[in-house]
Amino acid sequence: MQTLNQISNGQSVLIKAVSNSELKIKLIELGLIEGQVLSVLFRAPLGDPMAIDIDGSVLSLRLSEAELIQVDHLTSLG
Amino acid sequence: MKIALLGNPNTGKSTIFNLLTGLKQHVGNFPGVTVDKKTGILKTEDRSIEVVDFPGTYSIYPRSKDEEVVYNVLSNPADQNYPDALLVIVDASNLRRNLLLFTQMYDLGLPIVLVLNMTDIAERKNKSVNIEKLKEKFPDAIIVTSNARVGLGKNRIIEAIESIGTRKENRFIESSILKEKEDFLGQEEEAKERFRKIDLLLTDIVIVNEKVESKSNKIDRVLVHPVFGFLIFGLILITIFQFIFTFATIPMDFIDGAFGYLSANLDSLLPAGELTNLLCQGIIPGIGGVVIFIPQIALLFFFIALLEESGYLSRVVFIMDRLMRPLGLNGKSVVPLLSSVACAIPGIMSARTISDWKERTITILVAPLMSCSARIPVYTILIALVIPNERVFGFVNLQGLVLFGLYALGTISALVIALILKKIIKTKEKGFLLLEMPSYKNPQFKNVGILVFEKVKVFIFDAGKIILAISIILWALASYGPSGRMQMAEQNVMKMSSSELSVDEKDQLLASARLENSYIGIMGKSIEPVIKPLGYDWKIGISLITSFAAREVFVGSMATIFAVKDGIDESTLIEKMRKELKADGTPVFTLASGASLMVFYVFAMQCMATLAVVKRETKSWKWPLIQVVYMGALAYFAAWITFIILS
Repeated sequence: MQTLNQISNGQSVLIKAVSNSELKIKLIELGLIEGQVLSVLFRAPLGDPMAIDIDGSVLSLRLSEAELIQVDHLTSLG
Repeated sequence: MKIALLGNPNTGKSTIFNLLTGLKQHVGNFPGVTVDKKTGILKTEDRSIEVVDFPGTYSIYPRSKDEEVVYNVLSNPADQNYPDALLVIVDASNLRRNLLLFTQMYDLGLPIVLVLNMTDIAERKNKSVNIEKLKEKFPDAIIVTSNARVGLGKNRIIEAIESIGTRKENRFIESSILKEKEDFLGQEEEAKERFRKIDLLLTDIVIVNEKVESKSNKIDRVLVHPVFGFLIFGLILITIFQFIFTFATIPMDFIDGAFGYLSANLDSLLPAGELTNLLCQGIIPGIGGVVIFIPQIALLFFFIALLEESGYLSRVVFIMDRLMRPLGLNGKSVVPLLSSVACAIPGIMSARTISDWKERTITILVAPLMSCSARIPVYTILIALVIPNERVFGFVNLQGLVLFGLYALGTISALVIALILKKIIKTKEKGFLLLEMPSYKNPQFKNVGILVFEKVKVFIFDAGKIILAISIILWALASYGPSGRMQMAEQNVMKMSSSELSVDEKDQLLASARLENSYIGIMGKSIEPVIKPLGYDWKIGISLITSFAAREVFVGSMATIFAVKDGIDESTLIEKMRKELKADGTPVFTLASGASLMVFYVFAMQCMATLAVVKRETKSWKWPLIQVVYMGALAYFAAWITFIILS
């Protein structure tokens, strides 16, 4: 299973699950919920944090935060 | 009637608040949290309605200390801020996420208005919202559209507010009850259930046409670019500082002159006496000492508001976050710290945007270590005094190098202290970034203007009274002494001074004698044993105490003590200081004592205005006191070590 921090810029993925952590509920409330499609837009100059497009709005999150989000490539859905 | 204004961050909530209430705003406190409570009055034809602006949140359940106020007020009908109705601002271009908060609000059962804002941005994103269908899904809500940034929809919102009646019993989720603040599992289930229902409902309501790459994405490719991103940010900073240093001095000199003129003229107009002295030497200069900060605060917030309004500020946070993180700070600390290079006051006031309590507190605590513009006169005179004007390595001017070193010392210490505070300050909250990056927009000058106005007002009325009080105390301590002592000193001067002295010279000697024998003079003398290890004498001691009013007062106090006309002839002052000898015949100002004094000024919290602002921003005296103590201790030891090494 890949996590969001491993996804390169320009790719779209599907959220499979959000790992348990203090931030879980916050991530969910921001719309990062199972079944949601998102795409990785770009990363900050030092590679961290990263920016994602979710539903047309741009969120930035640290790699350590992105690591909590388990994703699947859209193509691998078949 | 009392209306609560709620919504996600970046939905245009404050624009709507400004639209409805204009300048009829009042900043107060919510109990228990440091967020400001902004209240405004909306006057309609027949009533006046109180609008309370709540912090922007993604959910009714708090995820930070500041957000708690939303939950605390809305879960408790007995709360003094409990509203009669809710006005929820919803971003039309991101309905899904925004509806989470809205449906939570809808289920509270209060009369509710949904303002569908930023319809233009939704259109730009090729999304269209079917309002009629939305109304069907939320039959108890009054739904209006607006595009507040261009002023559209104001009347519709006011009409909606006027038509608020009693609420019917429809709910989004039947028999939904508010979870406990600590029931994270329950909240998670609730959020998931709401999103499931929202997703079902949105298939009917939002039509997304062909996706287009947004303009913002294209701009971002340049503004967060590894090279151009930092380069552009650097250029913007240089431009801002250039503006502040060039243009703030003009009104500041004017204010300085105007208050001086007022004091002098009133002094000669009013009958001589204690009351006149209090007014002309205590109160008027004290008010002047508050007003003098306004140009810097206003200019800096003008630029900060422009950056924020345009959406660029969140990109600054984005590119700087990784650099600040090892220090216990996040990207949001960058603007407050950099602003502090001009003046710590607006810097600390701009720390408001840092949502994490711990990161905000650390930023506020270290911001005054950044060398501000008030230190420049102190550095300049001391450098001229003890650092030789020569070149090192053939081309670097030594005096310039020392000045640069002092700035570097301040900046590095700010970062190191931040790191130490990160370990010391305990908090339950875990720092995170998770930040929305709004799309780029043209700044609304009305919002910029209102923000500048509000910041200046808060500074004058909240911090100003503390500054005024301290400056009057300092004035009294410098103007009065134990009975008889001053008069005797004055008589001594009159006796000793020969008739060859001009009136001016005599006045200067008198002023010097008065200061020496005032309470502050006595304090300066009595702290001499404490500051002797740093290489200072009592004359420096007096100036250290008086410059608590503001660092640059050091120069003026030195001038008074050395009986030189202040501000006119700096080279005479430097000459006199250079000739000043200790009891053993060695000069007071050597490389060691001069450098020690510079280092002292890098660290010491010699600014009552900053203290007053820290008190106002942290809503407690605890943090400003901690700041005085830690910075004072740091100043003392660093100055002591400097003196030992160099002597």
